[in-house]
Amino acid sequence: MADLLTVKNLSVHYKIQSGWVYAVDDVNFSLKPGETMGLVGESGCGKTTTGYAVTQLLANNAYVKADSKVIFDGKDLIKMGTYPSKDYEGYRKIDEFNADMRKYRWKRISMIFQGAMNAFNPVYKVGDQIIEAILAHENMTEQEARKRVEELYDLVGIPKDRIDNYPHEYSGGMKQRAMIAMSMALNPDLIIADEPTTALDVVTQDRILGKMVELQKKENVAMILITHDVSVVAEMAHKMSVMYAGHLVEKGTAREIFKETAHPYTEALLKAFPSIKGEKKKLRAIPGSPPDLANPPKGCRFAPRCPYAKDICLEKEPPVVEISPGHFSKCHFAEELYGELSGGE
Amino acid sequence: MADENDNRRVVIEVKNLKKYFELHTGMFKFMGEPLYVKAVDGISFKLHEGEIIGLVGESGCGKTTTGRLLTRLEDPTAGSVIFEGKDIAKLSGKDLKDYRRNVQMIFQDPYESLNPRFTVQKTVMEPLIIHGIGETYDDKVEMVIKALEDAGLRPAEEYLSRFPHEMSGGQRQRVAIARALVLRPKFIVADEPVSMLDVSIRAGVMNLMLDLRDRYKIPYIFVTHDIAVARYMSDRIAVMYLGKIVEIGETDEVIFNHAHPYTKALISAVPVPDPDHKHGRVEIKGEIPSPINLPKGCRFWPRCPYAQKGICDVKEPPLKEVSPGHFVACHFAEKFLEEDVTEKTMEV
Repeated sequence: MADLLTVKNLSVHYKIQSGWVYAVDDVNFSLKPGETMGLVGESGCGKTTTGYAVTQLLANNAYVKADSKVIFDGKDLIKMGTYPSKDYEGYRKIDEFNADMRKYRWKRISMIFQGAMNAFNPVYKVGDQIIEAILAHENMTEQEARKRVEELYDLVGIPKDRIDNYPHEYSGGMKQRAMIAMSMALNPDLIIADEPTTALDVVTQDRILGKMVELQKKENVAMILITHDVSVVAEMAHKMSVMYAGHLVEKGTAREIFKETAHPYTEALLKAFPSIKGEKKKLRAIPGSPPDLANPPKGCRFAPRCPYAKDICLEKEPPVVEISPGHFSKCHFAEELYGELSGGE
Repeated sequence: MADENDNRRVVIEVKNLKKYFELHTGMFKFMGEPLYVKAVDGISFKLHEGEIIGLVGESGCGKTTTGRLLTRLEDPTAGSVIFEGKDIAKLSGKDLKDYRRNVQMIFQDPYESLNPRFTVQKTVMEPLIIHGIGETYDDKVEMVIKALEDAGLRPAEEYLSRFPHEMSGGQRQRVAIARALVLRPKFIVADEPVSMLDVSIRAGVMNLMLDLRDRYKIPYIFVTHDIAVARYMSDRIAVMYLGKIVEIGETDEVIFNHAHPYTKALISAVPVPDPDHKHGRVEIKGEIPSPINLPKGCRFWPRCPYAQKGICDVKEPPLKEVSPGHFVACHFAEKFLEEDVTEKTMEV
């Protein structure tokens, strides 16, 4: 099966007063139709920037490096939605009002935003907001769009009489489900879900994740699940990519990442997670804190916190090594450490 | 409510504690029947020396209010909290100030719980000044340094003149812990202390809190919505639902041998960091009801998949002991334990 989405050499840098923030550097991954990829990492690691770069919903101080490619269904979206920057050679700026790009947003690629609690406009009825999104892209009458919203509400399990409620009349979980309904409204091929359940209680989270998997299977939608919670990825995703300080440090199937960990950061991340299953193990904290991306360390960005770091790690940026087919690790010692590192359980 | 054979010293005893918030106060006070939000509705437990009790439940279950009642940031509507032989609800003046010295709280958001215009030294020293501890200024500085080092901020001198905005979330939370520790409290209420922190930082703060417990035998009430975190931190877990404790017992007993359908649903909903793990979902229906109009009988029955008409919707189940130290408020607790429901659902 051909890839639905291929991201190649994606680098997004932000211009700030004192220079540049190297938020995302040289990220590569691909996704097939119907697949789910978990994109995990701590706050500030660039996972949200990576996800949003696909639809180019970035702040206006964001610059995309000229050789970055986001190929969606055969078309390079970066070429389409950005133009060469006049002030910085080798970078492209985002064309916010690009009409071609707009045809892709929501229609082909939709999003579930972080904190759906606040993603709805409080002074419009929730149903009307979804109808508006549908009418912006489809040639439909308002009645037809309303019918579609009713179907969607059925799908996500909200009673139909709630269509004409305002956001404040919904509970947190319901707003999140309405957000999912909205993301599915135009039958997209890809959903980018940014921390879709982070603010919710476990019971609600479980129900919503269940709903998402169910809908995804039914409609064969691909999904990028951006989250800091590796346990959510373990339940939801086929593929997994781990980011640290703007670099994609390990990618592979979720199983490979959990069971055949090949990067010291992934190991450290998995070891820091408490579980309710199995023996109670002592959690290990990662010493230090993530680097400032305005001034990233030379060499491997994880080296200053890495228990396996050697001299070369502080000097040279590690190459991406293919450990086994489809399983990549950005570490000088990936091959030596492969099999030595202990992952989750 | 703990194990009666437990012969460790009881630090705090909570007896039938209640907190009702009245709605329609002010002008509307005289219109119709008064309505109450029953945030905490009759809970009892004992906290022993060096013990950590994890208080878990969904948002709105009353776990935070319980924490605030124990520190007397709220006055209880009924019931009592006994600390060193005295009911803290009746304290006032100097006694209350003394109590506040003995109990400290760590809050959820280290970005908001520290004064942005205070340096670390001022933040941690303020409780010493308020309570008049330490003879001279130098004594106080020494205590501040000791507390910061206990909280894992080493070398402490380097942090003294920093402001909160110059520190990461984890460091700020450590300052908040140092501020609690500097008074040598007899117990600490920690309200979601790690839920705002990043994963790699979170483990460090949790390990620090466990170390401090081991070193100073300070008991904690650890309020959290994350059962995996509660399991890691606590000796005992109390599960709350709509203002009541529905299950309390030793941590592993509650996690692996629970007998309340709500606990079971809560645990089955927790994602496990293992792609091979398939969990049996226990569906619970609907949303958490409003604590104003509580359902009759068992509070959980409208959402409970095992509820039986004529029993659950009529009589409120009392908290009864199903095995030593393990209490469950469910009419069918013994039956669930016999059937070993946990095994069936956890390992499908």
